[in-house]
Amino acid sequence: MLEIKDVYKTFHPGTINEKKALNGVNLTLDDGDFVTVIGGNGAGKSTLLNMVAGVHTADAGRILLDGIDVTDLSEHKRAKYLGRVFQDPMMGTAADMWIEENLALAARRGQHRTLRWAISKKEREEFCEMLKPLGLGLENRLSTKVGLLSGGQRQALTLLMAVMKKPKLLLLDEHTAALDPKTAATVLKLSDQFIEEGKLTAMMVTHNMKDAIAHGNRLIMMHEGKVILDIRGEEKKKLTVEELLEAFTKASGAEFANDRALLNK
Amino acid sequence: MIAFILSLPGAVAQGIIWGLMAIGVYITYKILDVADLTVDGSFGTGGAVMVVCMTSGMNIALSMLLAFLAGCAAGLITGIFHTKFGIPAILAGILTQLALYSVNLRIMSGMANMPLSVMKYKVLLSLRKTPKSIMVAGIFVLVIIVLLYWFFGTELGHSLRATGCNQAMARANGINTERNKILGLILSNGIVALSGSLITQYQGFADINMGRGAIVIGLAAVIIGEVVFGRIFKNFALRLLGVVFGGVIYYVAIALVLSLGLNANDMKLFSALVVSVFLGIPYWKKQLQQKNLARKGAAKDAGN
Repeated sequence: MLEIKDVYKTFHPGTINEKKALNGVNLTLDDGDFVTVIGGNGAGKSTLLNMVAGVHTADAGRILLDGIDVTDLSEHKRAKYLGRVFQDPMMGTAADMWIEENLALAARRGQHRTLRWAISKKEREEFCEMLKPLGLGLENRLSTKVGLLSGGQRQALTLLMAVMKKPKLLLLDEHTAALDPKTAATVLKLSDQFIEEGKLTAMMVTHNMKDAIAHGNRLIMMHEGKVILDIRGEEKKKLTVEELLEAFTKASGAEFANDRALLNK
Repeated sequence: MIAFILSLPGAVAQGIIWGLMAIGVYITYKILDVADLTVDGSFGTGGAVMVVCMTSGMNIALSMLLAFLAGCAAGLITGIFHTKFGIPAILAGILTQLALYSVNLRIMSGMANMPLSVMKYKVLLSLRKTPKSIMVAGIFVLVIIVLLYWFFGTELGHSLRATGCNQAMARANGINTERNKILGLILSNGIVALSGSLITQYQGFADINMGRGAIVIGLAAVIIGEVVFGRIFKNFALRLLGVVFGGVIYYVAIALVLSLGLNANDMKLFSALVVSVFLGIPYWKKQLQQKNLARKGAAKDAGN
């Protein structure tokens, strides 16, 4: 479904702030894979997601979605294939627009926007049905400005908007990090539910190792712009936080040894 | 006082026509979240095109259509400066505005002022027939409001609103934000130029300086409309109507202070100060609120 082939990205090249964010990333996701992505600060997790989403352009390498080369496609064109939820709950919705208006915008993701009326009566009823399972009572507030909702409500709405038009790939970028623990759990549960029901392929960046282990069928760990660990299937189910930490030290330590070896030359 | 009452109909007519201009400003300032200074130039472009077309024997509808299109072109240039050249929106507008000074002079064959005599040409509005002018301007305003209400209710219109509200969200939902910004600037400046063509008919001439300070008048109308009618006018069409009423209030207020003896030369200074204060009010309000909240929070913490 998703193929990332040898992708490199350096920010601010040639300046004192030069930062190698992605250093030859290779990753292939199969249909229906739900991959959790972990790694330290600056490991390149969010950069990788933004690269797939088209926020950044790759310096080298290719990105293929369902066989389509999207490497040079602009962000809004790529949106056709992607559902996205951001870390900042304010970022995924238009605050000055109503709930139903936001949903209608998402319902036309990847379509040509015409001079037809933006929301049909039939759609309004569909939106109601879609909002009910969230359990937040939003189905009765279709003409409420999204800006009046709480962070958790907005994130749940963003999630719904990301999946209502089935995406080839769902990108969750630390989408529960800014929420309180209880709300975070609710949004995570919803994410699981949507992914399962829609048989979606998904990538979820998280800082929480427990979440990374508990969710999805596959876990990758990033370090210094590379994928250093890829655990899946039965092996992932048995994984514990301690083992993960140990694996991290081992994997990143090996890399460190390499660096030293280079220096010694 | 009598002078003020006598000047009222004229102030209302001017207010409505400038209110139409302010609707153009509303599209960029409120919907797209861009302060577009192109309008100071495109307003005059509308006037210049109007005079030149009419005096060369063109019919009035076609003249006004061309004035509208000339404004659209000005907006397109600003849009390209902003999105393709990466120039900040305000500066892009200033550049186009500056360029338009030369362009407008070219349109008027180098003349700084061109008459459009009501005696010689069949114009829709004139100083001599103020009641009729108010009616005609009112009809134009209503038609434009209806058209905009429709447009901003369509899929494309919604995508424009989303672009102004949250660009990251818009792009994530497949909206071409650059194209939408250009589209908004085109639409806005077209309406501004249309308003310029109406004012030219009303006052009977086009002048190279007729658009100077238009952005300030537009902002004044938008802000007054919001402050006075914001609580009762929630619907989009009504809000646009509020903007037009804002323009009328602005011109009536000017007529009032002029009749009270304010020097007409000081008018622009006065307008700029008033608009600054009105723009400042929401900012001060917010700061005060945050300060109060922070104090309450600190007091609570200290209490613990």
